[in-house]
Amino acid sequence: MKIPTSIWTLLIGIVLTLASFWYGQNHGLLPAAATDEAVLVDGLFNAMMIVSTGIFLLVEGILIYSAFRYRQRAGDNKDGPPVEGNIPLEILWTAIPAIIVIGISVYSFDVYNEIGGFDPHAIHEAPMMNQESMAMPGSAMAATLSDTPPSTEPNLNQEKSDEAMQDPATAAVRNADQIPQLRNAPGVGSVAPTIGGTPDKAGKPAELQVNVTGLQYAWIFTYPETGITTGEMHVPIGREVQISMTANDVIHAFWVPEFRLKQDAIPGRQSEIRFTPQKAGDYTLICAELCGPYHGAMRAPVVVEPQEAFDKWMQEQLVASKETLNQAIAVNPADLSPNEFLAPYTKDMGIKPEILHQVHH
Amino acid sequence: MTQAQLQETANIPALSEEPGIRKWQDYFGFNTDHKVIGIQYLVTTFIFYCIGGVMADLVRTELRTPEVDFVTPEVYNSLFTLHATIMIFLWIVPAGAGFANFLIPLMIGAKDMAFPRLNAVAFWMIPPAGLLLIASLVVGDAPDAGWTSYPPLSLVTGQVGEGIWIMSVLLLGTSSILGAINFLVTLLKMRIPGMGVHQMPLFCWAMFATSALTLVSTPVLAAGLILLAFDLIAGTTFFNPTGGGDPVVYQHMFWFYSHPAVYIMILPFFGAISEIIPVHSRKPIFGYKAIAYSSLAISFLGLIVWAHHMFTSGIPGWLRMFFMITTMIIAVPTGIKIFSWLATMWGGKIRLNTAMLFAIGFVGTFVIGGISGVMLAAVPFDIHVHDTYFVVAHLHYVLFGGSVLGIYAAIYHWFPKMTGRMVNEFWGKVHFALTIVGLNMTFLPMHKLGLMGMNRRIAQYDPKFTFLNEICTYGAYILAVSTFPFIINAIWSWLYGEKAGNNPWRALTLEWMTTSPPAIENFDQTPVLATGPYDYGLENANEGVPLSDPNPVLSAGPNSVLRADPDEPYPTIESELEKR
Ligand code: HEM
Ligand SMILES: [Cu+2]
Ligand SMILES: [Cu+2]
Repeated sequence: MKIPTSIWTLLIGIVLTLASFWYGQNHGLLPAAATDEAVLVDGLFNAMMIVSTGIFLLVEGILIYSAFRYRQRAGDNKDGPPVEGNIPLEILWTAIPAIIVIGISVYSFDVYNEIGGFDPHAIHEAPMMNQESMAMPGSAMAATLSDTPPSTEPNLNQEKSDEAMQDPATAAVRNADQIPQLRNAPGVGSVAPTIGGTPDKAGKPAELQVNVTGLQYAWIFTYPETGITTGEMHVPIGREVQISMTANDVIHAFWVPEFRLKQDAIPGRQSEIRFTPQKAGDYTLICAELCGPYHGAMRAPVVVEPQEAFDKWMQEQLVASKETLNQAIAVNPADLSPNEFLAPYTKDMGIKPEILHQVHH
Repeated sequence: MTQAQLQETANIPALSEEPGIRKWQDYFGFNTDHKVIGIQYLVTTFIFYCIGGVMADLVRTELRTPEVDFVTPEVYNSLFTLHATIMIFLWIVPAGAGFANFLIPLMIGAKDMAFPRLNAVAFWMIPPAGLLLIASLVVGDAPDAGWTSYPPLSLVTGQVGEGIWIMSVLLLGTSSILGAINFLVTLLKMRIPGMGVHQMPLFCWAMFATSALTLVSTPVLAAGLILLAFDLIAGTTFFNPTGGGDPVVYQHMFWFYSHPAVYIMILPFFGAISEIIPVHSRKPIFGYKAIAYSSLAISFLGLIVWAHHMFTSGIPGWLRMFFMITTMIIAVPTGIKIFSWLATMWGGKIRLNTAMLFAIGFVGTFVIGGISGVMLAAVPFDIHVHDTYFVVAHLHYVLFGGSVLGIYAAIYHWFPKMTGRMVNEFWGKVHFALTIVGLNMTFLPMHKLGLMGMNRRIAQYDPKFTFLNEICTYGAYILAVSTFPFIINAIWSWLYGEKAGNNPWRALTLEWMTTSPPAIENFDQTPVLATGPYDYGLENANEGVPLSDPNPVLSAGPNSVLRADPDEPYPTIESELEKR
């Protein structure tokens, strides 16, 4: 019995679809999802994997099939049929990818909004392109985008930066007299680019604030509420955390793979991301922007734990930091180089001496 | 001398007594023949490819184990910086220009490029730029801030190395601007009468789109690099935050060129593949206009997607959405090309020779890079995988699986035209098989590495990634081995290969209507177009009309076909000279 082509097409279509759906859900390519945001991103990734698997199988299938099925037989020197085009077919295969990418865009847009990409708080209060940017060296390109006269508004970036500097620990590692705060960064004194509060939390301050400073090749965390400085980040489950970060030498990037979030820490700017930890565990903060030879070693432990464990850790840190401060009381931390300032912490932070040596050379 | 006389002398290659016979010395000097220049480009860039490839294998050797045990971290950074810079600026971009040089005048029936001397000048900027770059390794202060050279890192690492890097890239950029001007003018002004834009072969369309893109974007890179050089050498603070400069502005300027650069690297080979598939499938290209215009669309859209490299850097939230959408849209014209190639093969009589195998390999692997590209455009996902091995996998599927396989396909396809000899098919197929295996073994596991959390540009990594990295490393060794059959085959066939005749593939584009290798000024007399470039399978397609027909317009007639007979040796210049 000869099976008609349409039946074959249908069968192949069904098998392709099933295979794509199965693989899209069972690829096992991602690490654990440890934040609310990560779960959303994974949904998007799985959807894209379904579509991708389908397209992959379809194209490779046709390619390999036609290479075998239509290969030239020995002795056949004739040409194939002179088919030059087919308008409906061409419209169809323009329309299908167009619909697919629109679909992915809409889904991405939605996820982006859900994880706080559009936090209005970050956009409204400061003009996108601060007019004084004209006066800043190096921002000539940005300046051409707007020809409004210079404004006299206060530099919100500076204010926010000053605020963060109230914390002596932050002040010590921020290198602020050498790297002035940019005023043309969009958003309130921050950044650049932000993954801000999720739509329901937008505009409200996050429940926990952590300041993060990147420097070659270490991460320093300070908790402004308690003044603790550590080389290890602890966050409690279920509370929204805001990370405000900057760098004091070159660009670094904050990335915890299990959080699915990444943000560059740029000298002279403040950037922030917010997220809500969801799953207890020990993770690693990885620097994801090339920052020098020991870039690969620039990692820090991140612990997501229940509230009680977090509070307990916080208590221990308070005790420990008092002791360290007593030793260092005679000197103002701001006068120390990062190298000297870090010395008491390096053992806890797992920074090897040769890396520290690297910091100032 | 008048302009015309100058042009005449410019076109006579040095050292050649007779037209049509080139001495090997010609290839080592300043020569204005576009075919010599084309081959100079291809051979030079291939040598750089080998150097870049050795560096890639050193990088991979270091990554075989999680610890830093093969080279120091500083050297490691220099290695991948030089690897990427060489691969991009000294291999793929100029190799495209090499094919364009060889093919464009032949394909449009011109005697040479519009500006032959400028053409030679453009080529001769490349060897010094490349040597300069490699010399930095010897000086002991190689650039090590990545091929993106982001400040402030590039301002605090070695000054000499970084300065050399800037100089070298500026030279290479200048070279590609000069080349682009030449291609555009040649394509616009030197087509034979009767060849409208819609009779141009698709490779010419692709080069038109590429050159336009080069002209718009390269100067912005040059501007960025010059400002960076001021910061580096003169202590200005355009990008240096310690003086209030903004490093993010550099990223905008850099990517305004460097994103389009990936289209500069892939479009020429889209063009080449559009030539190769119809010839070896014996069918007209499916959707000629769709393919031609999609090149232009890609070239235009390519200019407005750059910030997708900066989704995690310093751009405002809403702007990410704009760049996400423009990036996604590029998938549409790219998809049109891929489906058109598949439809061209469908129902054809496919000759599975090495050129066609590489073309099929190109389509098959490029698709993977294209799909992961669409995924990367999705902002929330890119935020996770930016600067990880997922990106390294994506870019190699595009640049290796796309551009490099495209270059190989083009070399195997045009080798008979360039040298007059056939390549050895058996060794060609060995080359193909090793390349495909090595390619997928090296780069496929990198997708998973990136997703799981291995960031790029690191010499030491988490031991849990060891197994996959070992696979990648052995794959890279296979890739290194795969080039040997090619190199030996190419040299041997050039010297002793079977004589090719003028049109061994029975192709229809004009470059096959002259001798192999083509005579100094390409055609004895201006060729006359009597067929489209891809009219395979049409009725009288097999009746060749000799090019030297004394009255070609009349005898060719509107529907007959201008093509050389594969069996009858085409009258060469030498035989013509004998007759006189
Ligand atoms: C011969 C086979 C090749 C191998 C084994 C290879 C291997 C690698 C590896 C392992 C990296 C990552 C380095 C790191 O992140 O530390 C890399 C980066 C790169 N490769 Fe290749 N590669 C090959 C061919 C190519 C080709 C043909 C191109 C063409 C343009 C290319 C362009 C690049 C670029 C642009 C980077 C990014 C470098 C950076 O992060 O700054 N590679 N390559
Ligand atoms: Cu870093
Ligand atoms: Cu880093």
